[in-house]
Amino acid sequence: MSLGWPAELPRRGAVLLGLAGALLLAVPAFADAYLLSVLTLVLWLAYAGQAWNVMMGFAGQLSLGHTLYVGLAAYVSGVLFVSFGIGPWLGVWLAIVIAAIAGGCIGALGFRFGIRGVYFALLTIAFAEFTRIAFDHFAWVGGSAGFFLPVAQRTTNDLLDLRGTPTMFYYVILALTAGALVVCRALLKSRLGYYWLAIREDQEAAQAVGIDVFRYKLLAVVISAGLTAPAGVFYAFFYNNMYPEQMFAITRSIEIILGAIVGGIGTLFGPVLGAFILTPLGELVTAAVDRAGVNVPGAKQLVYGGLMVLIVVFLPDGIWPWLARRLGLDGADRGPSS
Amino acid sequence: MAVYLNIVASGLLTGLVYGLAALGLSVIFGVVRVVNFAHGEMMVIGMYGAVVLAGWPGLDPLLAAPLIAAFLFAIGYVLQRGLINAFIARPEHMQFILLVGVALMIVNGLLMIFGPDARSTNVEYGFETFEVGALLLDKARVYAAGAALLTTAVLFAFFRYSRPGKAIRACADNQLGARVVGLDVEGLYALTFGLGAACVGIAGCLMALVVDVRSQLAPEYTLLSFIIVIIGGLGSLAGALLGGVLIGISEALAGFFLLPSMKSMFSYALLILVLVLRPQGLLGKRA
Repeated sequence: MSLGWPAELPRRGAVLLGLAGALLLAVPAFADAYLLSVLTLVLWLAYAGQAWNVMMGFAGQLSLGHTLYVGLAAYVSGVLFVSFGIGPWLGVWLAIVIAAIAGGCIGALGFRFGIRGVYFALLTIAFAEFTRIAFDHFAWVGGSAGFFLPVAQRTTNDLLDLRGTPTMFYYVILALTAGALVVCRALLKSRLGYYWLAIREDQEAAQAVGIDVFRYKLLAVVISAGLTAPAGVFYAFFYNNMYPEQMFAITRSIEIILGAIVGGIGTLFGPVLGAFILTPLGELVTAAVDRAGVNVPGAKQLVYGGLMVLIVVFLPDGIWPWLARRLGLDGADRGPSS
Repeated sequence: MAVYLNIVASGLLTGLVYGLAALGLSVIFGVVRVVNFAHGEMMVIGMYGAVVLAGWPGLDPLLAAPLIAAFLFAIGYVLQRGLINAFIARPEHMQFILLVGVALMIVNGLLMIFGPDARSTNVEYGFETFEVGALLLDKARVYAAGAALLTTAVLFAFFRYSRPGKAIRACADNQLGARVVGLDVEGLYALTFGLGAACVGIAGCLMALVVDVRSQLAPEYTLLSFIIVIIGGLGSLAGALLGGVLIGISEALAGFFLLPSMKSMFSYALLILVLVLRPQGLLGKRA
């Protein structure tokens, strides 16, 4: 697996990144409400995928239950806001702490008892599903009937309480995504990042050279879970409604990781690129299915499933490494890095 | 007291069918080392198969089971040959995405064909019971459990005594060794995947006797099969059956004492407990 980001970004890359950033900043000036909502979803998935990538892409631990942290954070911040009048900027910290603790528990249980690979992935699903059913019967937060934030048609922006127009939410998620990119780059270039890569590539070898495997794997889960939490807080305040059925659904976990896998696991830009490809693809499929007149439930998902299969069959490393090679951004002059 | 006994008995009977479904998963993982994330979806194919055959030719699901088994065997065989064989050496998350894609296609294909409404097989003995002392057993459930046990016995015999069965076990023990002695490993993998799919197809067909069929059941059954297999021990055939019975009983009890919607919470709790205390599963061997 190549990192997909050379030690120093070539000038071409910096220019491209700057252009993409400027374009994204300018979008609300000309986009209609539909495009803005799609892009908000794209960036949300890019953010969540980036957070998941820390665990899988960097440290090699497969989590199939990442929606657990999204859901927990959404409920924590929502309840704090509605029942205690504590705003999202304070609530997000508690959400991060609780998500990190949940991740820590799962990681500690799993790694302490040597649960690896598929088994660990199934453990993460089990915890997410367990929590889903628990929240379904947790009457204080609405149970299966859902939990709601007060909705009001907004024309003014209240950034402090995260109540405002779609444009404001767009910029919030854009800032979050950019922030995650910076944090992940720093992580990857830190000592911790190199420990993770060593563990990912060969756990036994990493242990043999003296890396405390348990500790750093645990740290990967904790950081990844904590990083996922703001996505949950954003979700709560953007959509204003939470149903355990949706918040903790395994399909959402799959959605989160799909972008990262399609874009390229372990790369910095992979999750972002993947989200930018998959969500519009989903919208296109919806439009095409409507156009073709086969408006039966399931048609869209059927095509989507087929595309997933095609993508993993034909682009096993993801799209970013391929694109980076094309653009000359993979530092090919340093020789192959795999 | 008789009430509890009835609940446990009914859970045990359902659990045997669960066990058969999980057996399919266990066989596939034990040999091919790929986790079949489309397992519940294959089970629901079996269920709809039973519904269709019960409708037009009026075939009893018990008699339809061999037909459905053959159909799913073909699906499993082709899937392994055409798609999964190329993924054996790929990382787990790739296999996961591949099979999730396949699962999405199956479940939504079924949704498109059969629609969102629940279907049932409407067998005549659907509401009849056997009375054994104080015990009241649903006829459909008893037949389903019996057929599941029979299928399991056939599978055991196949792996124990037949040549291809022994060859498959050799593959599972030592892939390289199997190749060295001239076994067609890819062919045997396809055979194994076909057998696993046939198992879960029969389980689905039998399950259609006791529950209403909806395509939304598929992911639930996938997860259920995972839970059972891990509790019993991946790769252990007897473990899958034991895990199935345990989960069947725990679901029945939880559904009675608490709420039916909370029943799978206990299955997950049981799974987490087993993973922590005995990660290799109740009857599994330490890897």
